[in-house]
Amino acid sequence: MSVLVYTETENGVFKKAAFEVASYAKAVANTLGTTVTAVAFNANSTGDLAAYGADKVLNIKNDQLSDFNAKAYANAIKQAAQKEDAKVVIISSSADSKFLAGLLAIGLNAGYASNVVSAPESASPFTVKRTAFTNKAFSFTEINTDVKLIGLSKNAFGLVEASGAAAEEAFEPSVADSDFGVKTTSVDKATDKVTIADAEVVVSAGRGMKGPENWGMIEELADVLGAATACSKPVSDMGWRPHGEHVGQTGKPVASNLYIAIGISGAIQHLAGINSSKVKVVINNDAEAPFFKAADYGVVGDAFEIVPSLIEKLKQFKAQNA
Amino acid sequence: MKILVCISHVPDTTSKINFTDGDTKFDTNGVQFVINPNDEFGLTRAMWFKEKQGASVDVVNVGGAETEPTLRKALAIGADTAIRVNAEATDGAFVAKQLAKVAQDGGYDLIIAGRESIDYNGGMVPGMLAELIGANFVNTCIGLEVDGSNATATREIDGGKETSTTSLPLVVGGQKGLVEESDLRIPNMRGIMMARKKPLNVVEATDASADSSATKFEKPAPKGAVKLVDAGNLDELVNLLHTEAKVI
Repeated sequence: MSVLVYTETENGVFKKAAFEVASYAKAVANTLGTTVTAVAFNANSTGDLAAYGADKVLNIKNDQLSDFNAKAYANAIKQAAQKEDAKVVIISSSADSKFLAGLLAIGLNAGYASNVVSAPESASPFTVKRTAFTNKAFSFTEINTDVKLIGLSKNAFGLVEASGAAAEEAFEPSVADSDFGVKTTSVDKATDKVTIADAEVVVSAGRGMKGPENWGMIEELADVLGAATACSKPVSDMGWRPHGEHVGQTGKPVASNLYIAIGISGAIQHLAGINSSKVKVVINNDAEAPFFKAADYGVVGDAFEIVPSLIEKLKQFKAQNA
Repeated sequence: MKILVCISHVPDTTSKINFTDGDTKFDTNGVQFVINPNDEFGLTRAMWFKEKQGASVDVVNVGGAETEPTLRKALAIGADTAIRVNAEATDGAFVAKQLAKVAQDGGYDLIIAGRESIDYNGGMVPGMLAELIGANFVNTCIGLEVDGSNATATREIDGGKETSTTSLPLVVGGQKGLVEESDLRIPNMRGIMMARKKPLNVVEATDASADSSATKFEKPAPKGAVKLVDAGNLDELVNLLHTEAKVI
């Protein structure tokens, strides 16, 4: 028996989320008195995982699995879980992990809890705390099946360094042609930009920016902070910014360390989507904007003056702290 | 083409969330229920297939009689038939098993569900359903075309989008992007009148167990007051973010 964790790679390199799920898996394994086995696809090197608690890494090297395919990956992870006799399987909250979660849960006859925010409350009954009602509440969920599948919320557990060495083991799951009923034909992804999913800092702007032509300063602020850009629902509905930037209840969830909202009033649906961010800064000319009630820091005033000035201050700060 | 749209009956997005019975149950008092937004985008896309490609569109919900107004609304938007599986939707696995039975009995070619419901946010029903009935599956679907038995689906990935080809039968986990917000339809009087005469069939639940149960709820701790920084003193903001919040 062990805890199995799916550690995602991008071009053979582990994503930051992989280290977070590995850290989490270690905490679960400690509770259950067992070890952590990580499963990865075509990782260049697996050594880094040991620093976050993996005791063993099954590195699947298979050209058929070089690109993500939900069904084929779910099948391979299922075989890894069965080989390791894993009672708890852990995945992240990435688009890919959430894609394969339902398939994997049925394959393993596992009860699945998504958006889990902390180590299990108890091992028997197996109870986890997860967000519900789009971050307006938490739910304590008991999983009754023999095998449990846990989807860890992004940026909820953090990285916990551990010492040890992870033994890499080759693993060759069987791959069936029937796994490839969905074939990817094209991927359209900006490689030079930080994604909202991975970003530590997100700079988001709303209708207060008055028009798409004013986004230059938002992008510059994001650039200085190494942040991803995001926007409110009305902004994406009006076509000022692409849909992929829309954050909120019906858009993308944000769980960054720092969320800066500029010219966004803070409708309840928007706040629900960004609530998991740790520190929120609001810049708005309306001191009565509801967002100020949800924020940690606020500046009341004209964004068109504050943002350029903030960019300068941050550049100075970076120069001093470089 | 036979389309089934899975409809979750959820609190309106503006609802205040409260709990009752010692924080073990969602308090529905004063809450308005709507079609789950992710499902509504899918339903609207299904209407497009109905109008342009002659598809039939059924809608289904797993829930008690109190969810029927939500199904009637889907009929008023244009669905042909509604099915209600008469059972409390205890968890995602239970719902997926009920939907799998409905899907198999009805022989549907395309099943559209929302990527997640905005109440419990499980995000598991579409994938579980696809696996249970052996259909192809695309999640976080933001574009869908069907030509005969072939389909092209675009999904949102972290930082972009990905397009795939696949074939029917197909399950998609839909969301905004399947249609635009401005394409969503508000039922008109004629639609509402017609919906009253359309069939709403109640079927009994199949024997299935839930894998999990929500035993208790908790609201986030109340937030401390916002710290206001003067617009003329942004050095202080930078300093607070660095020394106090430690995020830069």
